[in-house]
Amino acid sequence: MMKLMGRVWRYGHDVNTDYIIPGRYMELTDPDEMATHVFEEHDPTFKDGVRNGDIVVGATNFGCGSSREHAPLALKHSGVGCVLAESFARIFYRNAINIGLPALECPGIHDAVSKGDTVEVDITGGVVRNLDTGIELCFNPLPPFMVEVLNAGGLVPYLNETEEW
Amino acid sequence: MSTVSEKILAQASGRGDAKAGEIVKARVDTAMMPDVTSVLAIEAMKKMGAAHVWDPDRVVIVLDHVAPPSSVNSARVHSVIRGFAKEQNLKHFYDVESGVCHQVLPEHGHVRPGTVVIGADSHTCTHGAFGAFATGVGSTDMGAVLARGKTWLRVPETIKVDINGSLGEHVYAKDVVLRVAKEIGVSGATYMALKYTGQTVSDLTVAGRMTLCNMAIEMGAKTGICQPDHKTHRWLRDHGVDDDESHPLPPDPDAQYRRTEELDVAGMQPQVACPHNVDNVKPVTEISGVEINQAFIGSCTNGRLEDLRQAHAILKGRQVHRDVRLLVVPASRGVYRAALEEGIIADLVDAGAVVSNPSCAACFGGYIGLLGPGERGIATSNRNFRGRQGSPEAEVYLSSAAVAAASALTGHITHPEEVA
Ligand code: SF4
Repeated sequence: MMKLMGRVWRYGHDVNTDYIIPGRYMELTDPDEMATHVFEEHDPTFKDGVRNGDIVVGATNFGCGSSREHAPLALKHSGVGCVLAESFARIFYRNAINIGLPALECPGIHDAVSKGDTVEVDITGGVVRNLDTGIELCFNPLPPFMVEVLNAGGLVPYLNETEEW
Repeated sequence: MSTVSEKILAQASGRGDAKAGEIVKARVDTAMMPDVTSVLAIEAMKKMGAAHVWDPDRVVIVLDHVAPPSSVNSARVHSVIRGFAKEQNLKHFYDVESGVCHQVLPEHGHVRPGTVVIGADSHTCTHGAFGAFATGVGSTDMGAVLARGKTWLRVPETIKVDINGSLGEHVYAKDVVLRVAKEIGVSGATYMALKYTGQTVSDLTVAGRMTLCNMAIEMGAKTGICQPDHKTHRWLRDHGVDDDESHPLPPDPDAQYRRTEELDVAGMQPQVACPHNVDNVKPVTEISGVEINQAFIGSCTNGRLEDLRQAHAILKGRQVHRDVRLLVVPASRGVYRAALEEGIIADLVDAGAVVSNPSCAACFGGYIGLLGPGERGIATSNRNFRGRQGSPEAEVYLSSAAVAAASALTGHITHPEEVA
């Protein structure tokens, strides 16, 4: 979980949860089925083009809107390895960490990558490297509590291991 | 020197104090789930090894988003949830006839000043109108709350939104909060609390304050919060809540705020949020004339009795424009019943409205009242994201019930004074 490498899918500001997965799919409960509708209208090329380990990059306020966990679940189950953004909306951010999808706040990332670039992310070290351009960016590593949750694989396995809560 | 949020979260986590930025594990007083997020939360709870919810008296479930079910799948989801409520002996289960969770919760006494309300729905911030610390989480977080009765929270910093000035005719809480959204922006309050103060807020009804707090999330905020006053306590007593007024928890006079946003709303026009962002707000006269195909009056933002009264005042004895469909959806059974008794529903039906049962309806685009490609809708709900109410090629404008009703009458976005 410490280092990830993947190809970039780059989006803009305020990518909301309706863009990630529209409200009409909220009745779905199977994450793999959610994944078949990810970015369906926002970027119809995504769901067929995404490969395991790919990285979604946003600008500010990524994941704003509804509290639906369908959004990070659909991303994770379509193979996305992590989400990098200038900033996140708070519920999406919590949800992503809780289901074990790294969401990393990385100032400058939106301008530092283009679609299709390969980037390497050192989660605990707080460094992102664009292997195509050589650009390197630093970000504040996650608070220790969240790293523990991510390392456990999400809040479910974390709580299974923790009596103190 | 603490804010209300800091005080409530200190109390809930059994600490002397809790300062903005700290992560606390807070006891939850009320845990709420609507239909669309419950199943994932139930699964998460079970995967956490919990066979039972921590307290069957503190868990509230409301079947509201797709109520009654519109597909085989949503019917299945509802029956899973119903089964869970029975199996767990939940004391507060509200089935499809009840209305939108954020209206049902306070009407049935699940929200009190000074308590912590956690909901598996982003608009849980609505309950800050009663002086509660109320915030939305996802399903896994909710699973942890169901299993253990606690949640982790980063204590938020607070932006004080100080609103003063008397509202003019045809101007309401929705217009105020749209103005606030314009000033703060869609991510200007991310991770923070919005504390609404000032004369305008004191003058608002409790329903109006719910509208303010409801849209806190549209600015990225963790919660919106108002100070409880005599109106709050009377509202609670009127709804049969045994409110002993012992938890007002005012902020300390020297509480630390991230900043103060001051707003003078005297002389302000009705406001409209234009596509496709909630902070793309303009005075109604700047966009009047934009033609619409649908008007939707309802939702946890503006589906309350005072909203229906606004619409009624405009539509009574008249006819909705022939090119417009008007959908009116009371926010709860209580609102529906009161509107029936006042004769509002009959007059709206006569005016040509489709009046539907209390539910989320058109608000989130998963149920009735969708917009087709190229169509334009005006809605009293809280989000106008592309595709939110149907086709991604449709446009949604957000307004008060008065503006929506006036627009339904003329077929284009209209200042209510034009049809008064
Ligand atoms: S009315 Fe709309 S915003 Fe409110 S809970 Fe329902 S879907 Fe969400």
